[in-house]
Amino acid sequence: MSGLLSLITFLPMAGVAAILALRFLGQPGEARDTASKWIALATTLATFALSVKLTLDFDPANPGFQFMEEIPWFAGLSYRMAVDGISVLFVPLTAFLLPLCIIASWKTIEKRVLEYMIAFLILETLVIGVFCALDLVLFYLFFEAGLVPMFLIIGIWGGKNRVYAAFKFFLYTLLGSVLMLAAILAMIGISGTSSIPELMHYPFDPAIQTWLWLAFFASFAVKMPMWPVHTWLPDAHVEAPTAGSVILAGILLKMGGYGLMRFSIPMFPQASHLFTPLVFALSVIAIIYTSLVAFRQTDIKKLIAYSSVAHMGFVTMGIFSGNVQGEQGAIFQMLSHGVIASALFLCVGVVYDRMHTREIAFYGGLVNRMPFYAAVFMLFTMGNVGLPGTSGFVGEILTMAGAYGASTWTALFAATGVILSAVYALSLYRRVIFGEITNPALAQITDLDWREMVVFTPLVLSTLYLGVQPDVVFHITGASVDALVGAWRAAIAG
Amino acid sequence: MTLADLNLVRPELILAVGALLLLLVGAFRGKGGPVFDLAAMLVLAVAGAAAVTGDQGRAFAGGVVVDNLSTFAKVAIYAASALAIPLGGGWLRARGDDKFEFAILVLLAALGMGMMVSAGDLISLYIGIELHSLALYVLAAFRRDDAKSSEAGLKYFVLGALSSGLLLYGASLIYGFAGSTHFDVIAASVQGQAHTGVLFGLIFLISGLAFKVSAAPFHMWTPDVYEGAPTPVVGFFAGAPKLAAMVLLARALSEGFGAAIGQWQQVIVVIALLSVFVGAFAGLAQKNLKRLWAYSSIANIGYALLGLAAGGESGMQAMLMFMVLYLIDVTGFFACLSALRRDGKPMETIDDMAGLFRERPGLALAITAFSLSALGLPPFSGFFAKFFVFKAALGAGLVWPAVLGLVGSVVAAFYYLRLIKVMWFDPAPGAVEKPPATAMAIALTAALFAFPVVLIALAWLEPLALAASAAFG
Repeated sequence: MSGLLSLITFLPMAGVAAILALRFLGQPGEARDTASKWIALATTLATFALSVKLTLDFDPANPGFQFMEEIPWFAGLSYRMAVDGISVLFVPLTAFLLPLCIIASWKTIEKRVLEYMIAFLILETLVIGVFCALDLVLFYLFFEAGLVPMFLIIGIWGGKNRVYAAFKFFLYTLLGSVLMLAAILAMIGISGTSSIPELMHYPFDPAIQTWLWLAFFASFAVKMPMWPVHTWLPDAHVEAPTAGSVILAGILLKMGGYGLMRFSIPMFPQASHLFTPLVFALSVIAIIYTSLVAFRQTDIKKLIAYSSVAHMGFVTMGIFSGNVQGEQGAIFQMLSHGVIASALFLCVGVVYDRMHTREIAFYGGLVNRMPFYAAVFMLFTMGNVGLPGTSGFVGEILTMAGAYGASTWTALFAATGVILSAVYALSLYRRVIFGEITNPALAQITDLDWREMVVFTPLVLSTLYLGVQPDVVFHITGASVDALVGAWRAAIAG
Repeated sequence: MTLADLNLVRPELILAVGALLLLLVGAFRGKGGPVFDLAAMLVLAVAGAAAVTGDQGRAFAGGVVVDNLSTFAKVAIYAASALAIPLGGGWLRARGDDKFEFAILVLLAALGMGMMVSAGDLISLYIGIELHSLALYVLAAFRRDDAKSSEAGLKYFVLGALSSGLLLYGASLIYGFAGSTHFDVIAASVQGQAHTGVLFGLIFLISGLAFKVSAAPFHMWTPDVYEGAPTPVVGFFAGAPKLAAMVLLARALSEGFGAAIGQWQQVIVVIALLSVFVGAFAGLAQKNLKRLWAYSSIANIGYALLGLAAGGESGMQAMLMFMVLYLIDVTGFFACLSALRRDGKPMETIDDMAGLFRERPGLALAITAFSLSALGLPPFSGFFAKFFVFKAALGAGLVWPAVLGLVGSVVAAFYYLRLIKVMWFDPAPGAVEKPPATAMAIALTAALFAFPVVLIALAWLEPLALAASAAFG
C-alpha cells in the first residue's frame, strides 16, 4: 500500500487536530482532560496497529528501500519517504512506546493535560518522520523540529531544575545539529542531490568526507549521547517527567545511532574507516567511565541515565565494527535498550509518583510491600545487566563479538563494562528493593495498580521474547545490514 | 523623457498621485479613519498590480530599471506597507492619535522604497533612499507628545543624515573616478583592475547602505530607534525598508561592481559575520523586547548579507528568499507586540510576557513561531530562509563564514528560548487585555505562514525569487 508511511507519520496529527477542536469547543475541566487522554491513546494505538502492519508487510529479502513515496518539493528537494531493514523496526518501537507513555501519564500529569498530549503526539510524528525520511533536508526537518516539543515537555512538566535542563538539552543538541546542517548543505552543493539513496552511492572525495563525517558525528554524538558530550542527558532525564524520560531514552537517543548507520557509514565510508579507532576509544571510555559514574549516583533516575550512556557505547562500538554481527548487534541493542531503559524509567516513575523523591537512600525494603514491583524491577535490572534470556544479553554479546572481529582490546575493555553494569545495577536493586523497611514513610506504600500492570506487561513480554527469539529482528534487518557491510568493505578496499 | 519612460514607472506614478490626492482629502477633512486607511491600501494594491502587469525595461536613460527583481521586491514592499497602514492606524487611533498623515507617510515611504529597488544609477539610488528615509524619520517620531518617540525620531534623523553623507561622499568618489553615475558605465570602468578611488568610494557606499540595513558596525541606532518608535511602526521599519536597502545594495554591487567581487566580497562577509555575532551576543543582555528584536534583526541581516556575499544568481536568490520570509516574520511579531496590553500598559519587556500562553494561547503560539523562525529552527519559515543563504554561501566557497554564522545562531537561540520559556513556563501576573482584531488577524496569518503554509508556499516563492535573480548570473 502506498502512502502507508505518510499515514503512520501523520496519523498522530489527526489526534492533535481532535484535541485542538476539543480545546476550542469543550468546556475546561476534568471531562475535557479525560477526553483528550482517550483521543491521544486511541491515536497512538491506531498508529501502533499501522506500524505492525508495516512490519508484517515489509519484505525482509529486499535490502533496498520499500514503501517509497515521492513528491517533488522546491529547489530540487523532495518529500521522499521509505524504510529499509535498518530503519523499519524503529517505527514500531516508537509507536509501541507512545501508548505506554500516554497510559503512564494518565494520573500523574495534572496540569495542562491537553497541551501535554499534543506535545507527545507531535513528537511521535516527528520521530517517526526521522526514521522514514529519505531526503536530507526532510530528515533534518524532522530531526531538528523534535527539539521544541521535548523542550516544552521538560520545561513545563519537569522537576525543580527543569528550566536549566531544558535549555541545556536544547542548546547542546542545536550546536551539534547546525554543524550537521552545514554538512548537509555542502553535500547538496557538491553532489547536486538531496536524495539519501543516491547519496549513499555518491563517491565523495576522501578529504571532504573527513569534514562531513566530523560534522555529522558532532550531531549524532550529542544525540546518542557519547562521552564527553553526554552531560546534558542526566540533567534532562532527571528533570523530565517519566514519560518524557521514556521518549528520550527509548527513542530520541536512537536517532543518533540510526543516523550513524544511515549517513556516516554508507556516505562517508573512508572517513568512517579512518575514525573507527576514535569511535572505539570514545565508546570504551563511555562504557567504563559512565558505568563508574553511575555507581556513584544517589538519584535513581540519574543512575539509569548514566547507564544509558554506557549502553549506547555498545551501540557505537557495534556500528563501527564493520561486520555483520556488530551492525546487527547495534540495531538489536538499540531496540532492546529502547524497551529496557524505558521500562526502568517507568519503574522509577512508579515509586516517584508515590513518594515524590528519587533518592536511593530514601528507599529500601520495597519488596516487603511491593512484590510485583520488585519482580518487574528485577527483570529489567537483569535486562540492563545483560543476563541471558533477556534482550539485553543479545545486543551486548553481538556488539562485543563484532568489536572482537575489529579490535580485540576494544572488546576486552567493553566486556569489563558488562561487569561494571552488574555492579551498579545490582547495587541499586539491593538498596531500593531488599532489606527491611526502615523509612516510616514507606510503611503504607502500595504495589502496582492495574494501570501500571497494563504498562509493564507488554514491556516484560517483549524483553523476554526478544531475549529468546532475537531472530525476529535479525530476519528483518539481515538483508539491509549485509548490504551496508558489503558496501562499506567494498568502499574501503576500492 | 518620453511616454515610454513614464509607462515603465507606472507604479511610482500611481503611488505619488495617490499619496498627493489623499493628502488633499486629508487636509480638507482634517482627520483619517478606517476608510481613509482603506483608500491608502487600495492605492498600494493598484500600484502592486501595475508593477506585476507592467512592462519591463530601462527608463530615463538607464536611471530606472524595471525587471523581475524590482517587480518581486516592489510587490513585497507594497504588501508590507499595506499591512502597516491598518495596523499602525488602528494602534494610533486607540491612543487618541487620529492623524491622516500616517497613511500618507507610509505611501511616500513605499514610493521611495520602490524607487530604491529600481535604481539604475547613483542619482535615483540617492533620491529613493532620501524619500523613504525622510518618511521614516517622521514615522519614528510620530507620537510627538511622547519623549521616547521624539528621541527615536531625532536619533534616527541625525544618524541617518550622517550615513547619507557617507553615501554621497562615496557616490561622488565613484562618479569622479568612473566618470558616470550609471551602474553599467561604472561596471565597465571596474573591468580588469578597478581604480583605487572607485573602490574607496565603494567602501563609503557600502557603509552608507549598511547603516540603512542596520548591519554591524553601523547598527548603533537600531535598538534605540526600535525602542522609542511606536510598535507598529517598528514592525514596518524592520521589514520593508530593510528589504529595499538590501535589494539596492545587491543591485549596486552586482550591476555596478560585479567584476570587482573579489574586492567587496570580503568586506560584505566581515560585515555579515560581525552583524551575526553582535546581534547574537548583545541580544543576550536585552530585557526590552523591541530592543531584543532590534538585535535579532541585526543578526538576521547578517545572514542576508552572507547570501549577498555569495554573489551570483544563487546568492541573490538566497538574499531575496531570506528577506521576504524574514519580512513576514517580523511583521507578524510586531503585530503581536502591538496587540498586547496588560493592566493598561503595553507589554514590552520579556518579563511582561510571563504566562502569556495561559492568557492568550493564540498569540503566544504565534510569538513562539516567530521566535523559532527568527532562530532558524525547522520547520518554520526562517529555517528555509537560512537554508538558501547557507547553501549559496557554501556553494560560493564561503565555508568558514557559513559555519561561523551557524554557530552564531546557536548563541542567539538562548534569547529566543528565554522568551519562549517566559511565555510558556512562568505564571501569569494578571489578565491580558483583549487584543484588537486587525492586529490579531495579521499576527495569526503571519504565524500560519511561518508554519505550515510556508511548506507549500516555497514551491512557488522559490521559482519567483529565482526568476528575479536570473539576470545576475
